[in-house]
Amino acid sequence: MLDIKDLVKVFYPGTVNETHAINGISLHINKGDVVSLIGSNGSGKSTLFNLISGTFPVTNGTITLDNEDITHQKEYRRAMNIGRVFQDPTKGTAANMSIEDNMILSERKGMRYPVFSLSRQKREEFEELLSKIGLSGRLKDNVGLLSGGQRQALTLLMTAMSNPKLLLLDEHTAALDPKAADIIMKMTEEIIDARKVTAMMVTHNMQFAIEFGNRLIMMDAGRVILDIQGDEKKNMTVERLVELFKEKSSKTFSSDEALLTK
Amino acid sequence: MIEGIIVEGLIFAIMVLGILISYRILDFADLTCDGSVATGAAVCTMCIVNGYGIFVGLILAFLAGVAAGVVTALIHAKLKIPGLLAGILTMTMLYSINLRILGNKANVPLLKKVTLYTKSVDWFFALNPGVSKLIVSLFMVALVTILMDLFFRSDMGISIGALGGNEQVVISLGMSPTKLKIIGIGLSNGLIALSGGLLAQYQGFADANLGQGMVVQGLAAIMIGEFLFSSNKISLITLRAILGAIKYKALMFFVRKYGFLVGITPNDFKLLTGLLVILSLIIAKVRNKASDSNARKTAMKAFSKNGAKGEKNA
Repeated sequence: MLDIKDLVKVFYPGTVNETHAINGISLHINKGDVVSLIGSNGSGKSTLFNLISGTFPVTNGTITLDNEDITHQKEYRRAMNIGRVFQDPTKGTAANMSIEDNMILSERKGMRYPVFSLSRQKREEFEELLSKIGLSGRLKDNVGLLSGGQRQALTLLMTAMSNPKLLLLDEHTAALDPKAADIIMKMTEEIIDARKVTAMMVTHNMQFAIEFGNRLIMMDAGRVILDIQGDEKKNMTVERLVELFKEKSSKTFSSDEALLTK
Repeated sequence: MIEGIIVEGLIFAIMVLGILISYRILDFADLTCDGSVATGAAVCTMCIVNGYGIFVGLILAFLAGVAAGVVTALIHAKLKIPGLLAGILTMTMLYSINLRILGNKANVPLLKKVTLYTKSVDWFFALNPGVSKLIVSLFMVALVTILMDLFFRSDMGISIGALGGNEQVVISLGMSPTKLKIIGIGLSNGLIALSGGLLAQYQGFADANLGQGMVVQGLAAIMIGEFLFSSNKISLITLRAILGAIKYKALMFFVRKYGFLVGITPNDFKLLTGLLVILSLIIAKVRNKASDSNARKTAMKAFSKNGAKGEKNA
């Protein structure tokens, strides 16, 4: 499914600000894998996502998605197959437009023609989808009027509608209050189950990471330091995970403890 | 007299609709306008002078404007420079191109030529000339507005709106933001040039300096329009811009007519227009602040009420 080979990313090469964000990651994600990705701040989780989705170019290495080399593909082209939900709820929807306009665009990816897709039947379909996330009767409201949690739910709904091959969740519950985060997590799991989509989720929450999916990857200083699945993951505890991190991490743990919550 | 103001306002409205696309819908401060309105006037005038007719003239004016807009969008997207600078570059280059189109003359008259406005007087011979010009202008504006409303209700139009609101959304949906920008800025300048073509026919000449300060006038019209009512419906947004354009022209008419009483001459118009934009911005800001503080007050009232209840219960 997703094949990453010897991936390297260096920011500002050759200057005093040179930063090695990703130091040679090779990773194979199978079709249907649901991966949780943890690591302290600056370990390269978000950079990895940005490289996969093409926000900035790789320094070295290759990325292959479904046997297609996407290493040098433009971000919008990769987006045809990759769905991404950001931490910032405002990034996934256009605030200046109504909910129905946002939804009609996400129904099918790619360039659109001057035709009218928004029909009565479509509105009914959307209304039904919206009622599941507690937004019934608000098709014509501007997205800007929604709360952070509602916007993130809508983003997730829209991402699912476009049927991506790979779903990247970049700490998509981190900016929400605990209750909203819970709802979004449940929704995420439902979507992944129902559509059998391959997914990767970045999180700082170790408990989430253990409960979510069938595979857990831990990163540190731009490397993968732990990659477990199956029974090994099922039997994992937060304490054990912290121990493993201490063992394998390059830094002392105390400074990062605050960032990895239970 | 009143017909004159409205005709001027309607012709100006088509340009304002163009500026609305770039400035409001795409959130792209496009200065190409100052050049492309004169390009439209020049192309249309030369077509009529050389006997190609009114409609060929207007269509070619529109296409020339589209080309100018595409150039700006390409400079902006491919060289990754700010839209403001891209627009200034195109506008400056267009000045020379416009002089070329006009045969290296700064001013080409349309004296004794058949224009849309001489035609209209023939078509509606029973009516007085002012009214007949008004009917033709209304028809043009209605046509442009209906097409524009339809376009921005279509999938492609919605995508362009989304690009203006949040570029990341458009990228995430697998659309090229560059292509959408080219289409949006192209259409915007097409309308602006079309307005230039109509203006040249109405005033009876094309002038290389026609476009000076047009962007600011357009912005003033958009802002005046926005005070009328608020909406997120494209049909009302365009209507608002048209009304704003007419209102602006009416305002300028009265300044021209009665300004001498307080010593204002036409030389002061650009200053006045600029001040009008600044004033609109200030009013909009004060209004936002007022509605914010109102909302805060209501929230605090509700809070103190509930708070009191909470204490009672405790």
